[in-house]
Amino acid sequence: MRSSMSMNKAPVTELTKRSAAKVFFENFDFSRKTSTVVFLIVILVAIGAFIWWLNIPFIEDIFTSSAITLIMALGFQLYMGNSGILNWSYVGYVGIGAFTSAIFSMTPALKAMQIPTMYPFLIGLHLPFPLALVAGALVAMIVAAVVAWPLMRLSDSVGAITQFALLIVINVILSQWSKVTNGPRTFTLGGTRLTTLWVTLGIAVIVIIAVYFFKESSLGLKLRATRDDRYAARSSGINFVAVRYFGYVASAFIGGLAGGLYSHYILSITAASFYMNELFTLLSMLVIGGSMSVSGAFFGTLLVTLARQGLRQFELFLTRSGFEASGTTEIVVAVLMVVFLIWRANGITGGGELSWFGIKRFLRIGAVKKEKIPKQKQQEEKV
Amino acid sequence: MSGHVLLEFAINVLSMGSLYALIALGLVFVFGICKLINFAYGEFITVSTYVLYFLGTFTDLPWPLVFLIGILSGVAIGFLSELTAFRPFRGRSLDALLVTSFAISVILQRIFQLGISPRSKAVPYPAFFNMNIELFGVVTPLRNILMIGTTAVLLIVLVIVMNHTTLGVAMRGASENFVTARLMGVPANLVISVAFIISGFLAGVVAIFWSARTGSVEPLMGSSPLLIGFIAVVIGGMHSLPGAVLGGYVYAFIANVLSLTLPTSVLSYRDAVMFVIVIAFLVLKPEGIMRGNYQEERVG
Repeated sequence: MRSSMSMNKAPVTELTKRSAAKVFFENFDFSRKTSTVVFLIVILVAIGAFIWWLNIPFIEDIFTSSAITLIMALGFQLYMGNSGILNWSYVGYVGIGAFTSAIFSMTPALKAMQIPTMYPFLIGLHLPFPLALVAGALVAMIVAAVVAWPLMRLSDSVGAITQFALLIVINVILSQWSKVTNGPRTFTLGGTRLTTLWVTLGIAVIVIIAVYFFKESSLGLKLRATRDDRYAARSSGINFVAVRYFGYVASAFIGGLAGGLYSHYILSITAASFYMNELFTLLSMLVIGGSMSVSGAFFGTLLVTLARQGLRQFELFLTRSGFEASGTTEIVVAVLMVVFLIWRANGITGGGELSWFGIKRFLRIGAVKKEKIPKQKQQEEKV
Repeated sequence: MSGHVLLEFAINVLSMGSLYALIALGLVFVFGICKLINFAYGEFITVSTYVLYFLGTFTDLPWPLVFLIGILSGVAIGFLSELTAFRPFRGRSLDALLVTSFAISVILQRIFQLGISPRSKAVPYPAFFNMNIELFGVVTPLRNILMIGTTAVLLIVLVIVMNHTTLGVAMRGASENFVTARLMGVPANLVISVAFIISGFLAGVVAIFWSARTGSVEPLMGSSPLLIGFIAVVIGGMHSLPGAVLGGYVYAFIANVLSLTLPTSVLSYRDAVMFVIVIAFLVLKPEGIMRGNYQEERVG
């Protein structure tokens, strides 16, 4: 049973010689596949529970918004990390999910008041919050499913420009379609904040599991094969377009879900919230954490969020002392990103996952099996 | 009357197209050699415009000198960005380069916001620049005519340089096949630096005419010329210098036609229409109008 925990009983005689803890470390073994998910979830829930226990609204807000960003980053990683294609259009799907779920969850009376220009049939729609979230994610997924198929055969620079162009198209539509999104004006949801700490945490846990098992699934493996070696993958009979298509659509679904959480957290959105700045934040998380692994997205989000919050406080401090300092955060993050790209292109995780085996090897505890984790090939083409 | 309308339309298309052609050329020079889509190109233009603004507002330098220094600052930022940011990525993946140029663009934007001002500033221009002149009965600002003339001169110079000098031949060779060009003794650093320098030079020229049209400069102004450059480059052909020029004019033509024909309610979606055209080109005809040395990159 590779995918379940198993604990080998150590002989009693051994126990007398060595400390129980050491024996536990040596023999407790769960497979690489599940350990990553368990670690990430335990870390996330532990932080969440601690912050809930602290009960300081300001810190709770920071945690909730970071957890939403984590879901976005995981969805971003799902396609970009596994396919190796820069997926600029991703934040567009986040935006679609945000607007759609907001339209669904607001009561008709509220919509008629906030956005009088909206189509009458949209004003009539109303769903409870959880269903509205799913509806947002589904609409984002359907949009992706409709447009993506012909775009999936493009790689490299052509692929990157296509995705970039798609992001602009989505953004223009979101910012101009006054009868749906209130156009360039702010879309105010009103009401209470429905995205609470525990809701976000629960969804984040589900998304971690989903994204990780997508990566380990046969589809994920095929997608990673197309990233690592185009020719070998094709000669193994992998259908590039289909594999990429399903990855892309799944990624859009998670993006839409995160968008719905975001809009019910922040409570007033504009199309500009889902554009270059947001994309830059997500990209910096993946680059710094390591885009090729789920752990990379996780720790990248953690690190960049911590850095951003710290720098923001510093900025506020500077501004209060009379300096104009807004924007320093982005500069520092951007410089950090370039530094990482130069010296550690695969981020802090180096493209690997945080796993029980990795920890054991790192701490040099127990008889580490001669199992070699194949080092991910760096995607480098010599000019 | 329709003759006048037609002539006015032609002047508009030609002057806008000239500007767009220069923008596209600046992008393609770098793309051809490094295969880098330079997201920071818009910020090169912003840098030059800020130099124009500072020199024009705070000094009494004569105009030709102000323009010259503006262009030279574009050259400098092109050269420096290559030296500091892009050189460490020699031989690395395209995505790393792309992300770096995106990061550079963000860094420069924030520096403008932080160091200068987040608000837009008026760029002073000599009076003759915006003077209206009458040409065969059509009234147009002089800068449009200057724009067409400048572009024509620059294109002729570039054609001569690229075809009849050692450096030009080396650069064309490098954009066709970098490895082979190096084996033939083309110095890689020199060729790439020159590509960035030419790109920066063009950004400097574009800055003069772009901000003459808008009359102001602000930290985020670089994004619109960049997007126009993208569209023009994709339509014309990413691997061909003449293609980029042609793409600039074609873009100006399509944009003008759309502005004239689309009803106002749809006009706000013009950018979306343009980028749908871009996507269609990339999917159906990724080599653009002019093929250049395009090689098939698609799968499936």
